[in-house]
Amino acid sequence: MKNKDFNLIVAGVGGQGLVTLLNLVSEAAFSEGLDFKTSELHGLSQRGGSVSVFIRFGKEIFSPIVPKAKANLVIALEEQEALLALEFSSQETIFIINKFQIPTLAENLSSKQIENVLERYKRRSCFLPASDICQKEFSNNVVAGVFLLGYCLGKGLLPLEKKSFEKAIELVLPQKHQALNLKAFELGVASSQKTYVLCNFNPLW
Amino acid sequence: MADLLQKANKKILLGNEAIVRGALEAGVGFISTYPGTPASEIGLIFFEMAQQKLKEKKKPSFYFEFSTNEKTAMEAAVGASFCGLKTLVAMKNFGLNVASDALMPFLYTGTNKGACVLVVADDPSCHSSAQSEQNSRPFSYMAHIPTLEPGDPQQCLDFIKEAFKISSKMSLPVMVRTTTRVAHQKMPVSIAKSIKQKANSKAQIKFIANKHQYVTMPPRVLEMKEELLTKIEKIKDLAEKSPLNKVEFANSKKTTGIIASGVGYLYVKEALKELNIELPLMQLGFFYPLPEKKIKSFLKKLTQVIIVEELEGFIEKEIEAIAKTANPKIKIFGKNVLPQTGELRPEQVILAISKVIKKRLKPFEQINFRPVKHLPRFCTGWPTCPYWKLFAAVKQAAPKQTIFGGDIGCYMIAALPPHNLYDYLSCMGSSVGIAHGIKKATQNKQKVIAFIGDGTFLHSGIEALLNAVYNQSNLLLIVLDNSITAMTGHQPNPSTAKTGMGLMSHPVKIEEVVKALGVQNIKVLDQEEEYEQLVKTIKDFSNKKDVSVIIARRICGLLAKRNLKK
Repeated sequence: MKNKDFNLIVAGVGGQGLVTLLNLVSEAAFSEGLDFKTSELHGLSQRGGSVSVFIRFGKEIFSPIVPKAKANLVIALEEQEALLALEFSSQETIFIINKFQIPTLAENLSSKQIENVLERYKRRSCFLPASDICQKEFSNNVVAGVFLLGYCLGKGLLPLEKKSFEKAIELVLPQKHQALNLKAFELGVASSQKTYVLCNFNPLW
Repeated sequence: MADLLQKANKKILLGNEAIVRGALEAGVGFISTYPGTPASEIGLIFFEMAQQKLKEKKKPSFYFEFSTNEKTAMEAAVGASFCGLKTLVAMKNFGLNVASDALMPFLYTGTNKGACVLVVADDPSCHSSAQSEQNSRPFSYMAHIPTLEPGDPQQCLDFIKEAFKISSKMSLPVMVRTTTRVAHQKMPVSIAKSIKQKANSKAQIKFIANKHQYVTMPPRVLEMKEELLTKIEKIKDLAEKSPLNKVEFANSKKTTGIIASGVGYLYVKEALKELNIELPLMQLGFFYPLPEKKIKSFLKKLTQVIIVEELEGFIEKEIEAIAKTANPKIKIFGKNVLPQTGELRPEQVILAISKVIKKRLKPFEQINFRPVKHLPRFCTGWPTCPYWKLFAAVKQAAPKQTIFGGDIGCYMIAALPPHNLYDYLSCMGSSVGIAHGIKKATQNKQKVIAFIGDGTFLHSGIEALLNAVYNQSNLLLIVLDNSITAMTGHQPNPSTAKTGMGLMSHPVKIEEVVKALGVQNIKVLDQEEEYEQLVKTIKDFSNKKDVSVIIARRICGLLAKRNLKK
């Protein structure tokens, strides 16, 4: 895996901490001596609107944008946002989706509708209630993203080392938030062995 | 933000951070900016550094300011350059339209012993821009300003340093043009071991009168133009030798070549990797002036060339002209295989190259599904965004058929559901100016309410309001005063009472400005505390015979939240 480029998309809504996740993954890749490129969006697009950030790492990376159909992993912090990453995905892509909705101020898609679309395009996807778990465990659902990072890592979906992430949390986050994020991350890793995840394919794990 | 003063060999930097680091390494002494995405972080980083130094009771090696608009930012840099400082001015694309009046003559006077690098950030695909999908590069032709286009953060750092070198050497301002995917791209960047201290000693910083050079009056002004054109010829020679215009795979036997600029260069590299081929590739780090000889010799060996640049094909037009003498038979591809609208995507470049070299690609999967999108909205939570209440009051109070004019800032969001408010929205400060035109054209038969934020009002709303008062409009202007430039990341402005150096200043009261412009009907209200009165005032002011202004003053919710945490 390490010799191949890895393309990660984190999709969500402005304010869900997407840029922090981007910083964590790039810091982890950096500490492993990998080349990487990222792309993020600021400004108007960030005010509670749909945002996708890209992180690509490997031996030598050029484009900061994930080319169409080349995403290896999509982490969606909000269900409906998963579908915005559809154009970057293929049947090889794995979608890890937070079972959590932020209503748009217009039309909304139900969980069932989202599942159906993913099914129609034969996308491999898993839904898990990361926000609910984090709300319950930590009274804070902003760490759902870090939880999902831990989950993906535990499942072997992110070809980076666990200790690189622990180091990244220390480097990227302000000290007062480090403990909570480490806990959420650890819980994510531990949860990768649990079965409350709803997958539409038979994962080898 | 990354700690830009930290010692390291390599650091993860955002394009905009690399620009700041490059400027510091070049010995920048004076920075002025007006915030605008995707250039906003440049100012914010200097602001943070200045505040940090203030906390440590140390003096920063630079002067930094948030200017009131891009033109005043430009003019400040002109003055500082005259005094021998290395200056950096940063703005988004539309800012250059505002600043251009000050920029044009700057090329004539030059920078004297100082230097000036102008960073302009375009936003292809309008991720954070209304108004237009502006490609700012033709300003280079109009102003004759040497222009560089980096493609990634490493190039941002290297190109900024090179820009300062050229500027110092030729005594001309130099433009560095980025785009969203360059400015907001991160990668590991090699940085210098240490940051050079300010190049100038205090004694050297002085305005030395030189009327011959700084007064652009005719007939001297035409001489100055000749001098400028001569300098540009010299910079052409620099461009010919510059490593910023580099050729890769020069020994490839392939007769299809590629010329790329900006982030397009990265997509070409990605495409060649994906297609597993090596085509002669030239990256043009210079947009203006172009290294004509280098391009000629590159074209000579080819039968076809693909020009990969974002938005309109200005380089393509230049290459067409150069090819006429260098290689008239060459087939030139550009905007016939790549789009003019929207940012480039790597797969578009892959497709374009494979089309030209007739390599078959597996077709992409057709996805006909249209996902729903979260549109930007006013912040929720508590303390909430004050605009929710404001627009509720407007909807409740405004007479039927009122025309609503929007402007640039967070309150643009009222154009979107659930508000769907604005009937027009254009450039900074225009809500007032356009309202006045409608009023005059319809002979006051239609009611118009214009909206403007404190930052935008102080940027360019004042002139438009003065015009409306002078020419006897009776529009109603609502100033949304949250005492900060919120959308671009909470930069202070004259109403905030804090400068870019972190020092306290005397806050400008918008009601006093408005009164001085001659407005008779003025009310300052807090939409949260005085909601009913706001509704009443909107009704009342909608029927006035002359210009009225309501200043809806309440702190930005995000700031209020931050203050609560303190």
